[in-house]
Amino acid sequence: MTTGTEQITAAEIETAEAGQNESFEGVQADTDKHTDATEHHHGPAKGISRWFFTTNHKDIGSMYLWFSLVMFMVGGCMALMVRTELFQPGLQFIQPDFFNQMTTMHGLIMVFGAVMPAFVGLANWMIPMMVGAPDMALPRLNNWSFWILPFAFSIMLMTLFMEGGGPNFGWTFYAPLSTTFAPPSVTYFIFAVHMMGISSIMGAINVIVTILNMRAPGMDMMKLPLFVWTWLITAFLLILVMPILAGVVTMMLMDIHFGTSFFNAAGGGDPVLFQHIFWFFGHPEVYIMILPAFGIVSEIIPTFARKKLFGYSSMVYATSSIAFLSFIVWAHHMFTVGMPLAGELFFMFATMLIAVPTGVKVFNWVATMFRGSMTFETPMLFALAFVVLFSIGGFSGLMLAIAPADFQYHDTYFVVAHFHYVLVPGSIFSIMAAAYYWLPKWTGNYYDEKMGKIHFWLSFIGINITFFPMHFVGLAGMPRRVPDYALQFADFNAVSTVGAFLFGFSQLLFIYNVVCCIRKKNQASKQVWEGAYGLEWTLPSPAPYHSFTKPPKVD
Amino acid sequence: MTMKLLYSAKNILSFTQLKLFMLLLFAIPSAHADWQLNMREGVTEISRTIYSLHMTIFWVCVVIAAVVFGIMLYSVIYHRKSRGAKVHHFHENIYVEIAWTVIPMVILIGMAVPATGTLKKMYDQSDSEIHIQVTGYQWKWRYQYLEQEVDFFSSLATPLAQINNLEPKTENYLLEVDNPLVLPIGKKVRFLITSNDVIHSWWVPDFAVKKDAIPGFINESWAIPEEIGIYRGQCAELCGKDHGFMPIVVEVKSQVDYEAWLAGQKLAQIETAKSAEKRWTLDELMVTGKEVYTKSCAACHQASGEGIPGVFPALKGSSIVQGDPSEHISIVLSGKSGTAMQAFSDQLSAVELAAVITYERNAWGDALGDIISPSQIAKMKQ
Repeated sequence: MTTGTEQITAAEIETAEAGQNESFEGVQADTDKHTDATEHHHGPAKGISRWFFTTNHKDIGSMYLWFSLVMFMVGGCMALMVRTELFQPGLQFIQPDFFNQMTTMHGLIMVFGAVMPAFVGLANWMIPMMVGAPDMALPRLNNWSFWILPFAFSIMLMTLFMEGGGPNFGWTFYAPLSTTFAPPSVTYFIFAVHMMGISSIMGAINVIVTILNMRAPGMDMMKLPLFVWTWLITAFLLILVMPILAGVVTMMLMDIHFGTSFFNAAGGGDPVLFQHIFWFFGHPEVYIMILPAFGIVSEIIPTFARKKLFGYSSMVYATSSIAFLSFIVWAHHMFTVGMPLAGELFFMFATMLIAVPTGVKVFNWVATMFRGSMTFETPMLFALAFVVLFSIGGFSGLMLAIAPADFQYHDTYFVVAHFHYVLVPGSIFSIMAAAYYWLPKWTGNYYDEKMGKIHFWLSFIGINITFFPMHFVGLAGMPRRVPDYALQFADFNAVSTVGAFLFGFSQLLFIYNVVCCIRKKNQASKQVWEGAYGLEWTLPSPAPYHSFTKPPKVD
Repeated sequence: MTMKLLYSAKNILSFTQLKLFMLLLFAIPSAHADWQLNMREGVTEISRTIYSLHMTIFWVCVVIAAVVFGIMLYSVIYHRKSRGAKVHHFHENIYVEIAWTVIPMVILIGMAVPATGTLKKMYDQSDSEIHIQVTGYQWKWRYQYLEQEVDFFSSLATPLAQINNLEPKTENYLLEVDNPLVLPIGKKVRFLITSNDVIHSWWVPDFAVKKDAIPGFINESWAIPEEIGIYRGQCAELCGKDHGFMPIVVEVKSQVDYEAWLAGQKLAQIETAKSAEKRWTLDELMVTGKEVYTKSCAACHQASGEGIPGVFPALKGSSIVQGDPSEHISIVLSGKSGTAMQAFSDQLSAVELAAVITYERNAWGDALGDIISPSQIAKMKQ
């Protein structure tokens, strides 16, 4: 694999540009002219107030992405503490109560602080550029929805230093462990969750309004880039389920402080009710974390295969059916709570059905690669790894859907392996891929391709060493969320810990690469990638502060 | 993909580095190397059926993966620009799209049929011969034989010194208990599973029985163990600090041995009741009290009696411990609702209760000199 063939030369791009995004031609000159004339009027404010008061989708997008990166590192450090304790049997580094706080916080921070804000950041940056708009539809709301987050997570992290420690009941916070038996800091946790929910709902409203109202003339719904489509569906999911999360934490608050008994059997309540409500939010939530990833991969694979996506409309329909199904499968997280047989069967069948639209997506990506002309730049490597490793997570998901077998898998490391396979090489890899893919458009500079590839291979090897052995210990009988384990699980746990450190530390390369890319001048062309298609590639690199001040025309 | 992986791995790591890395990976010391890869088949009909379902769905996944990843790998190798591959522009083919929707559907139906059958069998509670109530406590299990007068608690037997790496770990580290559940071979045993505090989950992998223990609700599950032996499992639902330290051990015995064990249990109960009538000295109570305290109280209140600030209150210097004995006794016997403090009245014998309360009142320099007598407790228990 020589870098020569994959590093696109400027000359190649100029020739490609002539034919590539031709449906948008003619518009470009206008935008360029306009940008030149107005830049000094509408440029960013100076100093720190630029960031506090900005209503610009790119500034807010960048803040979301940086915030997410910081949270990714914080959550990652917690994961490494967990893995350090699990390196050998026995208690060596941290005590069980703190261990539980670490697993809980790791989950909460990665889900709500790293993955979701990263996708919102990408949506902020890319949706206006992809639909041909100057900015998001509701810019002040946009500012507010970001600035809530640092406060929400400060409150959340603060609980670690309070008397009794932070949340220690798992990221799923099952009652009554999270109510009657919770540390006093749980009230702060509830408040933080409310704030995150408000932020997500506002972000989602903004995405929907932008996509439905701000499309360039000629940009029909069925011409929308897939990233925009998947985000539109994700945004609807967010609006539908975040209030449910808010509801369940409010019920907890009432149980803890106001004498109600929603989840307290002694007062006539039902602890299982908590799980039903939580997972009615929680299952769509896991699709919130993967649908935008599907969109990203559906942008990247056609670019580097230099071939149109095999089935655009079937991708849109598959995404919609996954979103619909996500509302009727929640209790597959609860096969062992003692549901009646009819319930078990319904949720088993509905869950198995999800494999169909998900399969359609994977087959589409493979068919897009087939007989293409592929190159393997960093974004493509991450996208390919996504397809393979996400599918492995999908296969273990299919196994978990088989309810009788789930009685053996449930709450073991097999489940931990499953959801880390869909979240790390799924969501996280897609975010990495997106960052590398659009960095030249954002910064105007190419990142270091060689370093990007090293980052990819270290991450790829690292996560497989970390998470693959978890399938084995899970099947062999190791429960999840334990700070210590029986001796027969020792070897694979040691291997996992080595992998986790490899994966964790290789992310420093990514940060270094991003920082270099922002600072170093390695001027990227407008087209950036030879095979890239879409409105964002008609804007100069870096993209102007106000994306499309005049609407482009789409044929 | 794989070829590419190997190819690039060479670029990144020289072979010496790679060797060093592998050496590091496999040189990790561990006394009881096992490397078990797969699920256990278990010792009940249901557990074997589940195992075969698990293997079937696994191989189905392997075959699908081989086909999909195979085509992808072929494209990655042959349809790359560096080999001069030219793009063939084709997209949207209704026949292909129908095929890759219908074929997975058929495979799924093929999987759903046997799974449904197994699930129905698992839910059939009829003709159970022995009924045992299993109750989860933070962090131990209670077993009540509903047809017999046998009722006992089962908690972790691994010494703290092993957990804290002060002593070498023994073979059944974290998977051993003081009083295992004992079952006869070949009888249909129905477990009625519930909890006293938070949600736990009672899991014996060899029986393929896993059911959540939920406070206020009773779940059912059953097993017919087919082989004599000792089977080990663990609590599967996060239930607080010592979730990782509440194992389940089931001993399956022959009918004769089982009956002998039952008789022994009943005899021991009579013995325990008798010892409450004896006169106990302060020193005797302090010795027993320390043992009981370590087993039943130290997980929360700590060996030092200082508790964990904000989570579990300190006993050392507490007004209850230093005040009126009757209040102290009543809290230990009945627990404190709305907190993690359990009722120990059923968990401990009169002697154990008297000893532990005496210990709490006299350890840690408080030395009130109080003696709480077992007969006093026995009276209060009634």
